[in-house]
Amino acid sequence: MKIKKLVALLGVLFLSAANAADTGPIKLGFITDMSGLYADVDGKGGIEAMNMAIADFGGSVLGRKIEVVALDHQNKADIAAAKAREWIDQDGVNVIFGGTNSGTALATAKVTAEKKKIYINNGAGTSALTNEQCSPYTIHYTYDTIGLAKVTGKAMASKGDKNWFFITADYAFGYQLEKDATQVILDNGGRVIGSVKHPLSASDFSSFLLQAQNSKAQILGLANAGGDTINAVKAASEFGINKTMKIAGLLIFITDIHSIGLKNAAGLLATESWYWDLNDETREFGGRFLQKMKRMPTMVQAGDYSSTLAYLKAVKAAGTDDPDKVLKQLHSMKINDMFTKNGYIRKDGMMVHDMYLFEVKKAEEVKRPWDYYKLVQKVPGEQAFNTLAESKCSFIK
Amino acid sequence: MPMSAVLSQLLLGLVNGSFYAILSLGLAVIFGLLNVINFAHGAMFMMGAIITYIGYTQFGLGYWPMLLLSPLIVAFFGVFVERFLIKPLYGLDHLYGLLLTFGLTLLIEGFFRSFYGVSGMAYSVPESLSGATDIGFMILPNYRSWVVVASLTVCFTTWFIIEKTKLGSYLRAGTENPKLVQAFGINFPLMVTLTYAFGVGLAAFSGVLAAPIIQISPLMGSNLIITVFAVVVIGGMGSIMGSILTGLGLGIVEAITKVFYPEASSTVVFVVMALVLLVRPAGLFGREK
Amino acid sequence: MSKRPLLIWGFFFILLLFAPWFIYPIFLMKLLCFALFATSFNLLLGYTGLLSFGHAAFLGGAGYVAGFLIRDQHLPPEIGIIGGTIFAAALGLIMGALAIRRQGIYFSMITLALAQMFYFICVQVPFTGGEDGFQGIPRTMMLGLLDLQDDKTMYFVVLGLAVVALAFVARVVASPYGKILFAIKENEPRAISLGYKVDRFKLNAFVLSGALAGLAGSLQAVVMGFETLSDAHWTMSGLVILMCLVGGVGTLLGPILGAFVIVILENKVGDIGNLIFSWTNIEWFKTLGEAVTIVTGFIFVVCVLSFRKGIVGEFLDKFKSKNVV
Repeated sequence: MKIKKLVALLGVLFLSAANAADTGPIKLGFITDMSGLYADVDGKGGIEAMNMAIADFGGSVLGRKIEVVALDHQNKADIAAAKAREWIDQDGVNVIFGGTNSGTALATAKVTAEKKKIYINNGAGTSALTNEQCSPYTIHYTYDTIGLAKVTGKAMASKGDKNWFFITADYAFGYQLEKDATQVILDNGGRVIGSVKHPLSASDFSSFLLQAQNSKAQILGLANAGGDTINAVKAASEFGINKTMKIAGLLIFITDIHSIGLKNAAGLLATESWYWDLNDETREFGGRFLQKMKRMPTMVQAGDYSSTLAYLKAVKAAGTDDPDKVLKQLHSMKINDMFTKNGYIRKDGMMVHDMYLFEVKKAEEVKRPWDYYKLVQKVPGEQAFNTLAESKCSFIK
Repeated sequence: MPMSAVLSQLLLGLVNGSFYAILSLGLAVIFGLLNVINFAHGAMFMMGAIITYIGYTQFGLGYWPMLLLSPLIVAFFGVFVERFLIKPLYGLDHLYGLLLTFGLTLLIEGFFRSFYGVSGMAYSVPESLSGATDIGFMILPNYRSWVVVASLTVCFTTWFIIEKTKLGSYLRAGTENPKLVQAFGINFPLMVTLTYAFGVGLAAFSGVLAAPIIQISPLMGSNLIITVFAVVVIGGMGSIMGSILTGLGLGIVEAITKVFYPEASSTVVFVVMALVLLVRPAGLFGREK
Repeated sequence: MSKRPLLIWGFFFILLLFAPWFIYPIFLMKLLCFALFATSFNLLLGYTGLLSFGHAAFLGGAGYVAGFLIRDQHLPPEIGIIGGTIFAAALGLIMGALAIRRQGIYFSMITLALAQMFYFICVQVPFTGGEDGFQGIPRTMMLGLLDLQDDKTMYFVVLGLAVVALAFVARVVASPYGKILFAIKENEPRAISLGYKVDRFKLNAFVLSGALAGLAGSLQAVVMGFETLSDAHWTMSGLVILMCLVGGVGTLLGPILGAFVIVILENKVGDIGNLIFSWTNIEWFKTLGEAVTIVTGFIFVVCVLSFRKGIVGEFLDKFKSKNVV
């Protein structure tokens, strides 16, 4: 009996040996932050969104079942990259969907590019995914830092205030967002007086906020996201900084507003690629998601749904899940679903689609939970993102 | 550098310093009497904060009741830990105490992590302490002033008890010569257990103080613990006053570093520790044991 | 008696030779690198009696240097690995020279302080990539002959180097030099009174230990293709202490076994949980995968309370007592 158990235990190690390549289920890898500062933005809700897409698609494609394998990367690039490699090497995974955290996204994209498998990212912002670190196998689907900078940055800069101070998350996303926003500010005649970097998931923003205040800049630019943005905005009102400076949250999700509370969030500008209350289709998806997850979906989760659907459609059209053939399909399709209309995936991997500028309502204007945004402007895809000519991607030239 | 910038950072540094002071005080008390390096101190701090959060969300108990209740709960837990986990290790190299409490930290943090993830949970400042005061060079939230006042009061009260009262003298005698103290009829093992409970209760108290300021997260303790260690080592491993003063001092030093080279603020304590250890190994205020 | 250990080692080695065909080679290489890391640490703790809280500095530091040499300087992997190891040795020299001035807990605290300062440097210096890590270390041709892109070839290179390093440690431990280290651990004042330049020996051991840890770090960087701050963080220093504790401090096999147990635990606790669930049908085991930290902490506590000699230590004890009877 003991020997049997020992063999079984060893068998656990061999678990991944069997690699049913063409007849087993089609596995969709999903790597995102499920327990950290970005857990609400994507997290387990992302898995749910992907499962909804699979169900809406019919549950199977080319006669094979569809399965999501998920990993919580805990905001560590090494965990993400190692698992991606293992899934590809051992478990026959041909596509990985990436969630939040740009550092992990870049790391995973490197692995998939090396192994020639598809990487579709919905959660991370860094524009480097389709520029300096682009790859024919990377698709950046939901939003990027250039889009955010161009829409929010321009809107704030054109209001008259010229001087900015940045509080930036000390990793890939923060740097890129600050960089892209700085470019927009300079293009609009503004100045960046200074910036300070804070560690990811910082617990106390007070000293950084004081530095911002002492710089005498007019606008406080928050180049961070999720939990960091929430804490920074709250601390800013605690220290009375929201009275002397305007706060520009360069990446805001609806879940952030929910946590910050309308008292402190009213008036903030948010650029998103999707909102549940835009039209009947979005409301329908939002309602279904709300029932299961008790929260309205963020644009990232909506992106997870849409990109999964797009991938499955591409597989069906290609007649195989071979990455190169599926990619060809993806690049030639139009994306028309509840996420966006007439979206398309460019040569550099960017999914070009409309972006929206929202303003957070005041408490009195909110009629029911999650009714936080009013639409200020719709920006067509070609204007929101950079053009292929401006792109720093090397292989498309 | 504008004066207002430096002053405002210094004031914030004082707030942080008062946390360091209470935490290192508890650690020093435990090390002084038990000869145990209580790595779990950070986890106890975290428990203090999380129990406060649970108290509010599950039982509707506000800040003030929890300020008393949370440390009591954690102290009670400390009694259990000392009795069953730490006592068996007396007489062994204090490495084992450190390792045990390190393992305990992983257990406690993992346990809470499975319920709350690692992202921070918000806890609002109690109404009576909310609002801010404009003191000229900055707007200081009232709650932060309260933190400094409460911490310093607790620190100096503890110091007074240990250094100036009869109970404290038993404790101090016990660190020198446990057998003699027993011979005088004092229940030494009980004293040890209660001391540990008191030490971790202090940590929990500072956890409650921290709840409205720092995002409550199961990892909030481990971010702090090695800094607190360094404070205790710099101050002198058994010295009560040393820990308090060093804790406050470190808050100030970190604040000054934040003005000139912010990225180094969390590392400066280790530079100081290395220097102190090389020059004066017993610490600034300690006595070589 | 002396035949038996050799047989056990031989058996182990044969298992490892055939393993890559059955088990994911990357996972095996991770096991080997950590086994080497734990062995290097044990040289200091088990044989010289010095508890370092900063060994992660060697692991991470060497990894970054090796990665830098291979990716950015386009040097062949063997140069990268040697470079990383030499860097770690140099770091060991600096850290050791400072830390050895004090004893006991103060020695450990100084190693912690120095490791934290090194960690800070890793975060700040641009080339490491900070939080994002150092990515994209290519696997090129080793010695012009071996194509490291192939996982199996890479594996045998790692296995070969690990075995050589381990054999080296075994030789050092059995040699007169090793005996002196042990004497220092057992009774330092006596060693001093016998005329040994104790500090010299301690420093040598520190440098050696650092170099071997650096070798592990460099190898790991080449295998995984990246290096991140996790490898230089103080929790990694804690992990290696745990590995030696679980396996058995002061034995050769101990740290290796300890490393295997801990790495398998960290990676496969979810799978093991599912397996135990299938034996016992207790639902809770299925959630074990999320509870790695709890399980690790639990093992730590149990080991310290009742299992202090570690797996190998306790086993040897039972074995010896049987023999004596």
